[in-house]
Amino acid sequence: MSEPRGALYELTVARFKEFLRETEAMFWVFGFPLLLTLALGFAFREKPPDRIPVGVAAGPKAGQRVAALAKSPALQPRIYEPAAGREALRRGKISLFVEGDEAPVYRLDPTRPEARTARVEADGALQSAAGRRDVFASRDEVVREQGSRYIDFLVPGLLGMNLMSTGMWGMGFSVVNARMKKLLKRLVATPMRKSDYLIAQFLSRLVFLVFEVTVLVIFAWLVFGVSIHGSIVVFALICFVGGTAFAGLGLLIAARVRTLEAVSGLMNLVMVPMWICSGIFFSYERFPEAVKPIIRALPLTALNDALRGVMNDAATLGEVLPQLANLVVWTLVSYIVALKVFRWQ
Amino acid sequence: MERRRPGGVKWSAADPAASGALRLCNHPRRLTDFVVSCRELRKYYPDVKAVDGLDLSVHRNECFGLLGPNGAGKTTTIEILEGLTRPDSGTVEIFGMNWRESERELRERIGISLQETQLNEKLTVYETLKLFRSFYRRGPAPDDVLRELSLDEKRNSRVGRLSGGQKQRLAVACAIIGEPDILFLDEPTTGLDPQSRLQLWEVVTRFRAKGGTVLLTTHYMDEAHRLCDRIGIVDHGHLIALGTPAELIAKLEARNIIEFASDPAMDAAAFEAVPGFHGCSRRGDAWSLRVDSLAGAVPALLAIVERNGSKLRTLSTHEATLEDLFVSLTGRELRDV
Repeated sequence: MSEPRGALYELTVARFKEFLRETEAMFWVFGFPLLLTLALGFAFREKPPDRIPVGVAAGPKAGQRVAALAKSPALQPRIYEPAAGREALRRGKISLFVEGDEAPVYRLDPTRPEARTARVEADGALQSAAGRRDVFASRDEVVREQGSRYIDFLVPGLLGMNLMSTGMWGMGFSVVNARMKKLLKRLVATPMRKSDYLIAQFLSRLVFLVFEVTVLVIFAWLVFGVSIHGSIVVFALICFVGGTAFAGLGLLIAARVRTLEAVSGLMNLVMVPMWICSGIFFSYERFPEAVKPIIRALPLTALNDALRGVMNDAATLGEVLPQLANLVVWTLVSYIVALKVFRWQ
Repeated sequence: MERRRPGGVKWSAADPAASGALRLCNHPRRLTDFVVSCRELRKYYPDVKAVDGLDLSVHRNECFGLLGPNGAGKTTTIEILEGLTRPDSGTVEIFGMNWRESERELRERIGISLQETQLNEKLTVYETLKLFRSFYRRGPAPDDVLRELSLDEKRNSRVGRLSGGQKQRLAVACAIIGEPDILFLDEPTTGLDPQSRLQLWEVVTRFRAKGGTVLLTTHYMDEAHRLCDRIGIVDHGHLIALGTPAELIAKLEARNIIEFASDPAMDAAAFEAVPGFHGCSRRGDAWSLRVDSLAGAVPALLAIVERNGSKLRTLSTHEATLEDLFVSLTGRELRDV
C-alpha cells in the first residue's frame, strides 16, 4: 500500500474515511435532506383548482342540468331532494343550489366568493346547454412565473439548512469527540502542525459539501423540475462561502467544549433560531419590521437569500454581494476567535 | 532493524559528533550527562499538590521507572516532562533543550504513549500508523513497526475492534513510529493480560537494545523490577526513594518477609521476641513480619504462636521486594492507596 504522504494530506484522508464509515452521519447528510425535500415537495405540490360542489334539485330537468353543469371545469354537480339540498347549502357542503321548473332559480349566499363564482359558471353552462351562442371565441392564457412554486422556494432553503447543519456538526462533533477521547492531546504530542489538523477538518468538509449540494440539486431537478436560473459559478461560490462560514461557526462552538452533550446543546442554541427565522420553510417577511435587520444579519438568512436569488431570480454576483459579505464577516470572526480560544487538551 | 535505525549508533560514546545533544547545546560535558532532567518541579491544582518539588534525571540509554500509587503525581510529572503540562515552577531539560524554545525539535525526537488515549476507532491499524508516520520527518515504514509489535495480522482491522492489549500495542507503535530517541510510557501495561504485558516488555527491551532511552510510570512492582535500571518512588508529589532495584531493596534493613495468619489472632507485642525482627504490618487478620533471616525467625515465631495457644492457619515467606520497601517507606501498601 501507499507510503505516508504529507501530514495535511493524511489528516484530510483520515477525516474523510472516518466520516464515510460513520453510517448515521451519512444518513443525516445525504438521506435526510432528500427525504425532507421529497415529503415537503409532495405535500405542497401544484394541483389544479378544486371544482366547486353545487346541488341540483331533483325533478324532471335534474338529469339534463347535471350533464350541462358537469361540462364546466369549475363545477361538481350532484342531485339533492329540495329539503336536503337547502340543508347542504346552509351547511356549506355545496356553494349553490339550482332549483326551478323551466328557468333555473339559483339559491346562494352571495357573501361567499365561491358561491358567486359558482353562480356565474353554472348560469353560463346552463345557458349554453339551452342553445345560447357565444358572440366571440375567447381563450385563456395561464400565467405561471418561473421559480414561483413553493418547491422552488423550499429547495434553496433546505440547501442552506443542510449546509448549516452539516458544516457545524461536521466540524464540531469530530473535534469535541477527539478532545474527549484525548486524541487531540495525543496529536499535539507529535510534531504535527496544529494548523494542519484544523485545515484538514475543513478540507474534508469541502469535499463532502460538493457531494451533498450536487446530490440535492440533481434530485430536486429530476423530481420537481427545480433548476438554477442564474450562473452555476455564482451558485457554487455561494455554497462554498456558506459552507466555510458554518464550518467556522462549528469550530468556534467546539473550540473549548469538553463533552458531546455540551456541544449538542450549544449547536441547537445556535441553529434553532436560524431554523425558525432565516426563511427555510417560509419567508421571514412575515416577521415584524423591527426584527428584520437582526434576521438579515444571521448567516443562514444571508445564505438562503443568496441561494434563492441565484436559483430563482437569476441574480448576478453583484446582486448577492451583500449576502456574501455578511458570510465572509461571519467566517473571519468565527475562525479568528476559534483559533484564539481553542483547547487542545 | 539495524538498517532502519542509525539512531542506535548515534548514542554510542565512540561517535560523539553524531549526537544531537552535542550539536544543540555545544557543551561536550553534556554527552555524559542526562538526557532528561528536571529540578524543583511544582504543579498545584486547587485540590491537590500533584507535583511538589520533584528533581529527577535520566541517563542516556537507561530505562527509568517512576513508581507509585495512583494519585502520587506520576502522570502529572511525566506530562510535564513531555511538554504537555506546564509546571507552576521548576525547569525541564531534554537533550539540553527546553519546551518553550525547542518544542518542534523535541517533538521529533520523543515518542509518547499517554495513559488513556483512544485512537480513532473508525480507522484501521495501518491507517492510524500511516497517519502518525506522516507527522515525523524520519522513521521506519508502518508495516515494519506493525511486524515488530506483532500487529501485522490486525493490519486492516478497525481500531474499534481491537482488544485492550492490541490497542495498547498500537499506542506504543504510534510512539515509536517517529524513530524517537526517548520513549515516554505512562502506565503502558495497566489492565493488560499477562501475555500482552510480556509483549510490551519485549518492545521496551528491543528499543533499548537499539540505543533508546525509556521513561515509564507504573504501579506494578514486578514490571519496575524487571524493566528498569533505576527507579524513583513517588508519593504525594515528591520522590521518596531513588536507585537501582537492588539498591532500593538493600535499603530495607530486613531482607525477608514472613506472612502468616492464626486463630486466634496474635498481638503485635508478641513479635518483639522474634530474632532479627524489624517491624510488622497487619492486613485483615494476617500479619506481615520483616525479619533478617528466616532460619532464626521462623522457628522462634512458631514457638511463640504455640505458647500463645493459637493455631497457625497460613504461613508463607518471601524475599523483600519493592512492594515491601514502599510499605516500609510510607506505611501503606501500593495497591491499597
